[in-house]
Amino acid sequence: MFHRESGYYKTTYKADMALFRLPIGKVAVGAIAVIFFIICPMIFDEYYLSIINIAAIAVIGALGLNILLGYTGQISIGHAAFMSVGAYTAANMAVSFGWPFWLTVPAGGCMAALIGTIVGMPSLRVKGLYLAIATLAAQFIIEWVLNHTPAISGGIQASIEMPRPVFFGRTLETQAELYFFILPVCVLAIVATLNLVRSRIGRAFIAIRDQDIAAEIIGINVYRYKLLAFAISSFYAGVCGVMYTYYFGIANYEAFQLPISIDYLAMCIIGGLGSVLGSIFGAVFVTLLPIAIRIFMENVGVFFVDGVYLAQVIAQMRLILFGGLIILFLVVEPDGLNKLWQNIRNYFRIWPFSY
Amino acid sequence: MSAQSEESARTKLKIDQVSKNFGGVKAVTQVSLDVPEGTIFSIIGPNGAGKTTLLNMVSGFYHPDEGSILLDSQDVTRRKPNERARLGIARTFQNIALFQGLSVLENLMLGRHVHMTSGVLASFLYWGPAQREEVVHRRRVEEIIDFLKLADLRQQPAGELAYGLRKRVELGRALAVDPTLLLLDEPMAGMNQEEKEEMVRYVLDVNEEFGTTIVLIEHDMGVVMDISDYVAVLDQGEKIAEGVPDAVRADPTVIEAYLGADHE
Ligand SMILES: Nc1ncnc2c1ncn2[C@@H]1O[C@H](COP(=O)(O)OP(=O)(O)OP(=O)(O)O)[C@@H](O)[C@H]1O
Ligand SMILES: [Mg+2]
Repeated sequence: MFHRESGYYKTTYKADMALFRLPIGKVAVGAIAVIFFIICPMIFDEYYLSIINIAAIAVIGALGLNILLGYTGQISIGHAAFMSVGAYTAANMAVSFGWPFWLTVPAGGCMAALIGTIVGMPSLRVKGLYLAIATLAAQFIIEWVLNHTPAISGGIQASIEMPRPVFFGRTLETQAELYFFILPVCVLAIVATLNLVRSRIGRAFIAIRDQDIAAEIIGINVYRYKLLAFAISSFYAGVCGVMYTYYFGIANYEAFQLPISIDYLAMCIIGGLGSVLGSIFGAVFVTLLPIAIRIFMENVGVFFVDGVYLAQVIAQMRLILFGGLIILFLVVEPDGLNKLWQNIRNYFRIWPFSY
Repeated sequence: MSAQSEESARTKLKIDQVSKNFGGVKAVTQVSLDVPEGTIFSIIGPNGAGKTTLLNMVSGFYHPDEGSILLDSQDVTRRKPNERARLGIARTFQNIALFQGLSVLENLMLGRHVHMTSGVLASFLYWGPAQREEVVHRRRVEEIIDFLKLADLRQQPAGELAYGLRKRVELGRALAVDPTLLLLDEPMAGMNQEEKEEMVRYVLDVNEEFGTTIVLIEHDMGVVMDISDYVAVLDQGEKIAEGVPDAVRADPTVIEAYLGADHE
């Protein structure tokens, strides 16, 4: 009943390169699919489904940032701004032209990819801190432009109301309905990322991260691939932004400001840089943390904090905990939650002979 | 070492009056070399002689201040490093430069990058063309893995290997490019006798079996004199001697340069 590697020999290269190299992987994924697509919608009410929805949307964005940050080694503090580009693109297309979601989602992604590629251009010249500052500037510039260009952002408080997505004539209103819209997009993003990182392009990204000089010498056009990483990463961000917009029913730049960019950096760092599973862990963790804090404070905190200040304290605690966790993971476990998970898995792989 | 006798061997690599300064340091001064196709051509010289700098200009990492570099009679002086890889130049580094986070297998697969064509969409989809391409190139990489006896280490992260093995994996990555010109910067430095002998064997085999032209930088005189078809000697950025090993060994300026270096 435990998964052992012995006994399963890969006889073809194809089998050796498969996503799940052990049968247990397929079983586990099948079980997870059943849980999420059948059991969850059956047992959870609107509130819990709304939490899964928001976490699934975050997963898309976290995967995108991890492709850039974790796999290619290029930092961006403007991830949320790319989301807003996707959000407003989709909202405008949906409102002005009545585009359905299967057009607005890729359109939002593509527009974000375009802007992301332009923002990524400094990465051809600068690295590290300088690139961080350049992308930070992009975050503010994009925010400012959206806020001051009514032609894009609608005018009234820079927000555009987003029509509900329509699926084969049926308007998706409830969280349960949105669930079946959001989750498949999330799964698609996960599978696409898994494929990308094990292919020629993903390997080139990692090569640039590990040794950009050797990468260039081995024949990788480092400039082109850095821009490609920015484009792909921003595409995910754009899609993520469109999904948020459908989820909230409104496109508003305030949902995509600097703290959100920081949240996504936190997801990658806490979850695990350069890991798909880590992106998922990180996105879920960072999404659930404020909810857990709120529930904790509402039940336990009321004994220490006056009810009037509770909301403020919760907001502060979130920031403090995030900051603390990022530092903790950077220092103690740079490979993030994913590494902790691997340790547990490896422990059981050799269990009970774990000495 | 048959190429010596062939009078009209084609020039694989021509370095023509190349110079490179770093600030005030004249790292390489007007050096010219003709490397005939299919030979093992060694560059020797004391520390700081400019050997690595010269190699860096051939692989495109540095651009020469003056002079030109020709590969198969084609001027590549202005070509970017990644373009030169496509033209058949591959190299290893004096300070190993592997992709640490990737396995041995993936490092070698990166050597195949220039021969693969899958784009972004194919990579996202994976199943289909991208997978077929992976299998084809995996096959070539496995040949190299067998050749270099790396089979047991296939899935090991490159960063965790012992020094000698890292050097061998780096050779493997360069070979995966299927280069026609292979540049090796001190591939045997820091190795024990046994590892050295193994590496010498690989270098000779690559040269003989694939006909690859090899430019070798090496400090071990025994090795250089044994396996090279030609030797060039650099000292303080200038070429002071060139020829077949026996002639270079007997050259008084070379002896002087090396004794001079030893006296420092
Ligand atoms: N990037 C650089 N910036 C400044 N000076 C450099 C640079 N690269 C090389 N040099 C200088 O150029 C000279 C030649 O260096 P090079 O590395 O080519 O020597 P080498 O012959 O490879 O020596 P070694 O046997 O120690 O590897 C040295 O004086 C070195 O300090
Ligand atoms: Mg050197």
